Amino acid sequence: MSTSSNSILFKNGRVIDPANRRDAIGDVLILNGRVASEGAVVPPDVERVDCTGLVVTPGLIDLHVHLREPGQSAKETIATGARAAAAGGFTTVVCMPNTTPSIDSASVVAWVVEKARAEACVRVLPTGALSKGIAGEEMAPIGALKKAGVVALTDDGRCIQNHELMRRALEYAKMFGLTVMDHCQDYSLVGRGVMHEGYWSTVLGLPGWPAAGEELIVQRNAMLAELTGTPIHCQHLSAAGSVRLLREARQRGVPLSGEICPHHIALTDASLQGYDTNFKMNPPLRSQEHIEALLEGVADGTITILASDHAPHCSFEKEVEFDQAPFGILGLETELGLFLDILVHKRKAIDLNRLVEMYTINPARLLGLDLGTLSPNAPGDVTVLDPGLEWTVDREASFSLSRNTPFHGWELKGRAVRTVVEGRSVWSL
Amino acid sequence: MNIANSRSASESPALGNATPQVRWTRKDLTGLQSLSPEELSLVLDTAAAFKTVGTRHIKKVPALRGKTLVNFFVEPSTRTRVSFELAAERLSADVINMSASGSSLTKGETLKDTALNLQALHADVIVLRHSSAGAAQFLAERLEASVVNAGDGAHEHPTQALLDTFTIRERKGGIAGLHVAIVGDILFSRVARSDIFALTKLGAKVTLVGPSTLVPVELAQLGVNISHDLDALLPELDVINLLRVQHERQHKSYFPSLGEYTALFGLTKARANRLQKDCLVMHPGPINRGVEIDSDVADSSRSVILEQVTNGLAVRMAVLYLCNAARSGEWL
Repeated sequence: MSTSSNSILFKNGRVIDPANRRDAIGDVLILNGRVASEGAVVPPDVERVDCTGLVVTPGLIDLHVHLREPGQSAKETIATGARAAAAGGFTTVVCMPNTTPSIDSASVVAWVVEKARAEACVRVLPTGALSKGIAGEEMAPIGALKKAGVVALTDDGRCIQNHELMRRALEYAKMFGLTVMDHCQDYSLVGRGVMHEGYWSTVLGLPGWPAAGEELIVQRNAMLAELTGTPIHCQHLSAAGSVRLLREARQRGVPLSGEICPHHIALTDASLQGYDTNFKMNPPLRSQEHIEALLEGVADGTITILASDHAPHCSFEKEVEFDQAPFGILGLETELGLFLDILVHKRKAIDLNRLVEMYTINPARLLGLDLGTLSPNAPGDVTVLDPGLEWTVDREASFSLSRNTPFHGWELKGRAVRTVVEGRSVWSL
Repeated sequence: MNIANSRSASESPALGNATPQVRWTRKDLTGLQSLSPEELSLVLDTAAAFKTVGTRHIKKVPALRGKTLVNFFVEPSTRTRVSFELAAERLSADVINMSASGSSLTKGETLKDTALNLQALHADVIVLRHSSAGAAQFLAERLEASVVNAGDGAHEHPTQALLDTFTIRERKGGIAGLHVAIVGDILFSRVARSDIFALTKLGAKVTLVGPSTLVPVELAQLGVNISHDLDALLPELDVINLLRVQHERQHKSYFPSLGEYTALFGLTKARANRLQKDCLVMHPGPINRGVEIDSDVADSSRSVILEQVTNGLAVRMAVLYLCNAARSGEWL
């Protein structure tokens, strides 16, 4: 092995490394898969990438993706999901446990870890179920899951309704230092709801999913995070009240955090007029006032993490009656473009620095991962962005096995142009 | 005019010799929300022409001769299916009836595949009743055949609203300026939504009346009034349209009891006495005697409930004719 394997030099880029408060034109050297310290000697045979006019950041982390394996490999596989992640600029993805079977035992965790090691071109970090079978009735074997390598616990896709079970699971998880991530949905309020409850659900005759169905559980989580001291991360927040409740809880020092997904700020429930199931996701698209509240939450630091909720489904599964179609859309290859376009360029809710922070050090810190920074000796994960690049979303060019995106044909400004994991280029435009 | 006579290819029969102000260009009828007032009037005029067919010695016209119509009822219905079946037969179409229990849907075939199979059999018109909102539009976008919505979830039931509107227009001479109350379970009612679109587009004042749990406030944005006080409204109504209280929804608590519903919103004899003499009493059926409507009131002279059924036939003939002609170019 030569001294310069898994090595690469990014030259002359704008280096944004929020963990180290760095935002300056300069070079980043990855040597033998790790970030080299400044001033390290660059071996002569190292690949040099001219990053003039580009932005060099720590490898981006998507805290919320569904890779569908085991058991749903017609929708996506760990290999294809990882390729989609790389094409979206992500070096690390955190995958959800609602697979078939669910990731609720050490053996399934081991299977995912091994499959990812063999086939995934980016880091795939599994989460474990909080309850057995994600059924919300009994605690999952949290200690065994931790030992097998899960980075967090969640019943994503479902939500534990029994507050006592949630409380005990939180207390138990604390012993292992695991963050709990929650899909906030009160079943009795939401019922069969398939879209935001409001004017459009009424006119379209579709069962409504009221914002209060999310807000109630965000408040529950604020109370239980305070009671137990275990950090709770509220996934894919969609409602104005959720942002308000999260803000209040954080001001009191409660260990509660929240993420948003791009579709919840890019689209409103008016998009449902054609009953196109590519606009059906859970939680649902809401109205403009909710979008404004989410943007405010991002701008004032209430929302600290950006994620995709990448949820591939086969075309034949989606091409059915609206209320019978599965929830969810693709996200990995469009999220960065959408967030850059909307948050940074159009709405100016945050600057590029904040966006990078929300995709790198914030998720890394939430889960206690040694990632998301360009500190010396950190894993050599790097994403190169061209924030001004204009491009058009083409679902047929996706690396995902599925095609369920509502953004086909959208013109966006900004995307990743190169993705590097441990000094290996895994994708470039 | 004689609707059975062949006419020039593109002329609508209903408008006779008058210059048509609007052409019907829709191969499907999935709802009334997108129809213009002129299109609504065109359907009603066409229905008026077809209504005379039912009173003739020979109750058939050849408008759909050689065409195949499939009544595809994924949700059970008797009266709407029978009405469409009879309407199609009066237009000389060949009719096939399919219900969910008799179709492959129960074997796991998707709606799309079942519909494509019907198309492969060269069905010309598919009449769809389905429990999912948007199902008719789903088929309309995927099939060359005409798709007529016979009710999709809580979305729309356009032919019911057209027959309601037809009945009101026939009795009252017009729609504009009338005050129509729609009473009952608005939230889950596809009839209410289609009625709102048809009546407001044609200039009626519409008031939705019912328990606050079943009258979504969002509908005020469609230009209708919302009330929970039926008694206060009674003297000023030109039409009162009572929706069926849906017993099958009682598993969810929207009001305490049928007794309380009737006490607040039932058209009792006492309430009927406070209506104007010529106020029409309507109901899309099937009626629950003694719940939303008193039995004697349902049978009274101001009740047009059975006229609605008769008119439904003419309206459905018009819709089937127009959609088929717009698709095939075969105008009478």
